[in-house]
Formats: sequence, C-alpha cells, structure tokens
Amino acid sequence: MFDFSEEQILRYSRHIILPEVGGKGQSKLLDAKVLLVGAGGLGSPAGYYLAAAGVGNIGIIDFDDVDLSNLQRQILHSNDRIGLNKAESAKMTIEKLNPDVKVQLFKERLSSENIMKIIEDYEIIIDGTDNFPTRYLINDACVFTNKTNVHGSIFRFEGQLTIFKSKEGPCYRCLYPEPPPPGMVPSCQEAGVLGVLPGTLGVLQAVEAIKLILNIGKPLIGTLLLYDSLSVSFRKLKLKKDKDCPVCGDNPTIKELIDYEQFCGILSASS
Amino acid sequence: MAVKVRIPSPLLKLTNNQGEVSAEGSNVKEIFEYLEKNYPGIKERVYDEEGQLRRFINIYINEEDIRFVDGESSSVKDGDEISIIPAIAGGVDLIFSTGRFLCREK
Repeated sequence: MFDFSEEQILRYSRHIILPEVGGKGQSKLLDAKVLLVGAGGLGSPAGYYLAAAGVGNIGIIDFDDVDLSNLQRQILHSNDRIGLNKAESAKMTIEKLNPDVKVQLFKERLSSENIMKIIEDYEIIIDGTDNFPTRYLINDACVFTNKTNVHGSIFRFEGQLTIFKSKEGPCYRCLYPEPPPPGMVPSCQEAGVLGVLPGTLGVLQAVEAIKLILNIGKPLIGTLLLYDSLSVSFRKLKLKKDKDCPVCGDNPTIKELIDYEQFCGILSASS
Repeated sequence: MAVKVRIPSPLLKLTNNQGEVSAEGSNVKEIFEYLEKNYPGIKERVYDEEGQLRRFINIYINEEDIRFVDGESSSVKDGDEISIIPAIAGGVDLIFSTGRFLCREK
C-alpha cells in the first residue's frame, strides 16, 4: 500500500476518496515535479493550490521583489514581505500551508543561459510570466526537451489558457511564430488588470497540471480556452500544429534558444 | 453574409466598447474591409504595413484558425462567429505594442 502518514491520510482524505485520484493518484502528486515560472498573478494561485493538493516538488523562479502594488492579486505574498524576493516569499507561504512540499528556489532571471539547467528536473512547467521574451524562451526550451508547458496569460478582464506539448500538439510558435521585429518603440505603460482575473487563470493552470500528473480527463492540448470575465464567457478555439512552425515544424529554423529583449522604459537602458 | 465579430479588449476603443459587432462580407478580407469602414483604425491594428495579417494576431472563424483554412480568402457564412485573438502576456498585448523587442540571436 501507500506509505502515507496519518496526517497525510487526513490532509488528502478528500482526494483519496475520489476514485479518480485515490491513494495511487495522491502518491503521484507527492512525487510530481512542477516548475512555476513567475510567482506573480498567475503563479501565486497556481502554486498555492498545487501545494495544497500535495504536489510534492515545486520549483519557483522569480527575480523580482514583492511590491505593494502586487498584493492586489499575488496571493502568495503579504504586507510583511514587501521588499523580499518573490520566490522566497512564495516558498514561505507554501511551506506554511503544506510541509509535505519541497520547494526549490531560483532567485534569478530566466535566460538562455540558465533555462535548460533550471527546467531539467521538472516535468511540467507553469508559464505565469509577464513578458513575451520569456514566453518564447520557455516555449522553445520545452520543445527542445519535450516538456509540458501549461500556458496562461491575461489582459485586463480576459484570459487565455492552453497546454503546449509539442509531441502531441502545437507550441506557442505554431500560434505566434515570432515576436514583432525591431522597430519604433511606443511608450510602455503599466497595464491594468482585474486582480481576481489571474486568480481564475492560475487556478485553471493548476487544474490542468494536476490532470496531467494524474492522467485523468482531457488535457487542454490543441485547444485555446478564452475567458472573458465581463461577459462571463468561456470559449474554446482549436489550435493546430503548424507544419511550418519555426521550432516544432517539419523543417525547423530555430535550433537554439534566443534571448529576445523587452525594449521598454528603464529595461532598455540595460540592454 | 452577416457574421458576428468578437472584438478583443485591445480593440474595444475602436468599437465604442462593443465586445461584439456584426459585419458583412463573403470572406475574411471583406469582413475586415467592412469593419474598417464602420470602425476606422481596426485594419491597421490587425494588418501590417505590407497589408499582411500581423503575425501576433490570429483570426478564427468559429473554432477554426483561418491560417489552416484559406487564410484571408476563407469564406464565411451567415451566422459565423469571427474572433480576433492577439498574443497577450503580463497584461499587455501586441496589438498596440508593435516593435517592443530587440532581437538578439545568440
């Protein structure tokens, strides 16, 4: 049988009594390895629920520090953590919630230099990043290493969710082959977002990750879920693998990782 | 042919905040010409300077990406639903932020 402690049997009892999970599924969750890229609006709810569910190994990469303006949506952090690194703050919250979870921290910026090493030990990557360069980087690295990328993104009152698993379906570049070419740079404003919106999307990312670990249900591969909070609509669109995709197509032209740089405001000065 | 077009948040300013508008045409190209007439500015957001659909915006007829049907010539029929889906990340979209990248290949 499974080697659960009495405390674990109680903690996970609502999972264990589900036939679709059971002791076997709970063991899988405890053995699973999930990487959160970003402990922000999407990573917070995703990480919090994955930890509660007993996903036993969670990696967290975030370079930023907690800021007061994050707390409107980034629920892994709190007032007393302002100024603290987000990955560290996330680890504290997660360990308080569930001591079963081993958290590995990466207090660095993801780049072509470190991504392969960082994702190496993880099966599922939760993309909760806030910028396009990192999304392309994560996509390409996942394609090269056959890892599963649970993708969530938000804009004001809307969100998009899908799973990119290039052996079984499309990748991010099948949808959007490349970021726009260099050109004129418009001003980079702070974007507004309904605080609870990334909550909805991040929790859906956690649901998809857990389904993948348990191998239950139908994963959101090859389907884009669109959520519009204002009209309360969930819609699904079909995503197809593009045989001309520059990274996962028949004749790929991208064979190495690319660091695109966000050219905006203060960031541009350092690039 | 009258179709329903779903307008994404970044374009709502152009449609007086209507998330859904109706349009006429027999294919996607004609639909966008109709939209441009009624909501000036839409076309330059969706098409680039060379008149090609921007690569960080995808157009769907119902559930299907037109790139895998007939591109802009994909025909539409009465009651179809057209969606304009931009790439989004971190609360920003690419419709209004063209050229935010410097591409530096390693």
